[in-house]
Amino acid sequence: MLGELKNKHNAVEMHNIVKEFYDVRANDDVDFFVKNGSIHGLLGENGAGKTTLMNILFGIYHPEEGEIFINGEKQDISSPTKAISLGIGMVHQHFMLARPFSIVENVMLGRKSRKGILLDTKETAADLVALAEKYKMKIDPYAKVWQLSVGEQQRVEILTALYQGAEVLILDEPTAVLTPQEVEGLFETLREMKNDGKAIILITHKLEEILSIVDEVTVLRDGSMIGHVEVNENTTKSELTKMMVGRDVLFNFNKACIKTGKEKLVIKDLKVLNDKNFLALDGFSLDIHSGEILGLAGVDGNGQKELCEAITGIRPIEAGEVKLDTINIENKPPIVAINKGISHIPEDRHITGLALGWSLKKNLILKTFKDNTKFGLVDEKKIEKRWKSAQVDYDIKANSGEDSAKDLSGGNQQKVILARELGSHPVILIANQPTRGLDIGATEYVRQKIIDAKGDGAGVLLVSADLEEILQLSDRIAVIYDGKIMGILPCGSNVKNIGELMMGKKLEVEENEK
Amino acid sequence: MLSNIFTVSFFVSLLASTIRLATPILLPALGQTFTQRAGILNLSVEATMTIGAVAGFAATFFSGSLWLGILSGMVFGMLYGLFMAILSVTLRANQVIAGITLNILGAGLAVFFYRVIFGIQSLPPQVEPFKMLKIPFLSDIPFIGVIFFQHNIIVYLAFIMVIVTWFILEKTTFGLKIKAVGENPKAADSKGISVNKYRYIAILIGGIYAGAAGAFMSIGYLNIFTESIIGGRGFIAVSVVIFARFLPIRAMWGALLFGVASALQLRLQALGIDVANQLMLMLPYALTIIALVLASKKAEFPSAYTIPYSRKER
Repeated sequence: MLGELKNKHNAVEMHNIVKEFYDVRANDDVDFFVKNGSIHGLLGENGAGKTTLMNILFGIYHPEEGEIFINGEKQDISSPTKAISLGIGMVHQHFMLARPFSIVENVMLGRKSRKGILLDTKETAADLVALAEKYKMKIDPYAKVWQLSVGEQQRVEILTALYQGAEVLILDEPTAVLTPQEVEGLFETLREMKNDGKAIILITHKLEEILSIVDEVTVLRDGSMIGHVEVNENTTKSELTKMMVGRDVLFNFNKACIKTGKEKLVIKDLKVLNDKNFLALDGFSLDIHSGEILGLAGVDGNGQKELCEAITGIRPIEAGEVKLDTINIENKPPIVAINKGISHIPEDRHITGLALGWSLKKNLILKTFKDNTKFGLVDEKKIEKRWKSAQVDYDIKANSGEDSAKDLSGGNQQKVILARELGSHPVILIANQPTRGLDIGATEYVRQKIIDAKGDGAGVLLVSADLEEILQLSDRIAVIYDGKIMGILPCGSNVKNIGELMMGKKLEVEENEK
Repeated sequence: MLSNIFTVSFFVSLLASTIRLATPILLPALGQTFTQRAGILNLSVEATMTIGAVAGFAATFFSGSLWLGILSGMVFGMLYGLFMAILSVTLRANQVIAGITLNILGAGLAVFFYRVIFGIQSLPPQVEPFKMLKIPFLSDIPFIGVIFFQHNIIVYLAFIMVIVTWFILEKTTFGLKIKAVGENPKAADSKGISVNKYRYIAILIGGIYAGAAGAFMSIGYLNIFTESIIGGRGFIAVSVVIFARFLPIRAMWGALLFGVASALQLRLQALGIDVANQLMLMLPYALTIIALVLASKKAEFPSAYTIPYSRKER
């Protein structure tokens, strides 16, 4: 099959690419071919080497071995500048934008000015608007990046690459941060570009995307190329999953979809400020029942983080109430929430979730130092025992409890957090993006543990930007937009409706669904 | 009695002296605006100024040329900036520690070379400093003329540099690149901008401005060199930049504030007001800090401020 491909005029050919980081082979003898005028999926789990391979194509990394051909000519892509000059553009997963700058300033950064040393702001802005229209996008070139939604920022990135003359466009997990409607818009733009003859590389681990838009797909696993498939109506999810994970994965969790317990945590008219002193939550109300998973869907940055922090006492509350049973806990120090049995899986493992430089043992008892002392001194024996049982219960792969947290993989780090937060049998579990950045195996595990916690009687608030996750786990689905609840839907609701709410639109059909 | 003190001529001379005293804060602050915008906190400005003061003084003393003195201050200020650039950009050292270390080293070096060159003398060697340059016509306007148009050339140049600095940062590709490497170096890198190159340049520009300001102190404001000639102005300049939210025009207001407090303090002492002179000497520093803190509640730092850049780290 590869032989056939080689005969055609390929936009990109990467041969026998090897890249090593310290002792780990991130790419092991990988071949990768992309045709002009096609959308090519690069599929694999986290850590499979997809991003590394694309960073090599974009000149950020230099491979130890291998050759790269662009439009049939051998190239040594030594830097991003070189890549750009060869017509390669990349939209990174973490946007490469300077937030206080305007859109046009960000675009001008990567270009020679037509006015010599002076900025050609007006000309560039006009070009951008025209370019955006061509690909069915809308932008205000003078808007500051920090004012833009994530979807808009992505559009800026795509435009920047196109404006630099990209014929090959690499998109790294572009849909991870978008609402379903925004994804549709993005795909429309991509199809438009494909019809223009451009080659588009879509790095993803989402199978739906592969099936809905991609023409061909290359699968990577553990740094090696597993296979290359042309996508047609016969291509199945399970076939791709098996290539990607190396085994069959069943994402079927048994859902009861019923409200079992009574109201446990009641949030009323909450007002909370974000770090920039704007209202992140503005009259937010929600109640969580024992024994249910309440999924909170929404685009990142609509107040989810502030909500979790406000409930757990980390962030001050300007107005409103948070009641656990009938006791008010708003604006109490975090220890009150901890003692009352509110557990928190924070959004960012590395900053809030773990003390990275500390040992696993210490991370495990971070919230319960008091219980692990003897005559006021740390009781090492007790901690060791606690660690041993946690390691078994949560299947944490580590040499010993003395390892520092930073040496573990993302999945194992999350397991340490789970062990700490669930080990105390919480009455309320606040799980903020609990599977973000985890591979399929670890994701499966974390989701199962959350369901177990619910079975144990905990009320779970599951915050996730991943709609699939929300749909799979939640008994009820609430949608947050701009610091307010847009609506609460029963499980099994229509994705489209949730998407509408995520974009701040009121639902007309809401009544029918109830 | 008070009405005798606070006459019109008192205020005119106070304001004229404000402009003069603001200059050695303004110049290094403008230079540090570049440096800090590029994400580098250089705490060794004080020492760089002291080195500039020695270099400028010595060059003028032996050549008799004041312009050679300023140039010498700039060159040695830039060379001393190079140390900071190597430590903080190439070796990726902690900027606070590098800055403090270079500050101590630089103060020692300046005095050492002064002693080596001039030895120990009972009367300190002197130079003929920059003369007042009256701007034709403008300097004849009552009050305004005395306040704004009867200074030496370096003072005028310093205030012109406010506009120049603003223009470079806001209107040129160079300025945009400087800001980009301080804001999101990874993004700058991905767009083909060499982060290290622009950080080096930004630090060296800071060194040139600081060196010039040091030379101004020894051959423009005074006519001698002393160990404590800079007297904390370098540190004030660093904080003026932060509190001015990295904007050149706001930095000018910060420098003028320091200038007016210094001028007032000098005059009140001369009038023999019955307050310990140590307290009076504190006045400009204390006032500047308080005012700047009040004005700086919203200071937004460049996102990569004080963070060394490496491609490999994520």
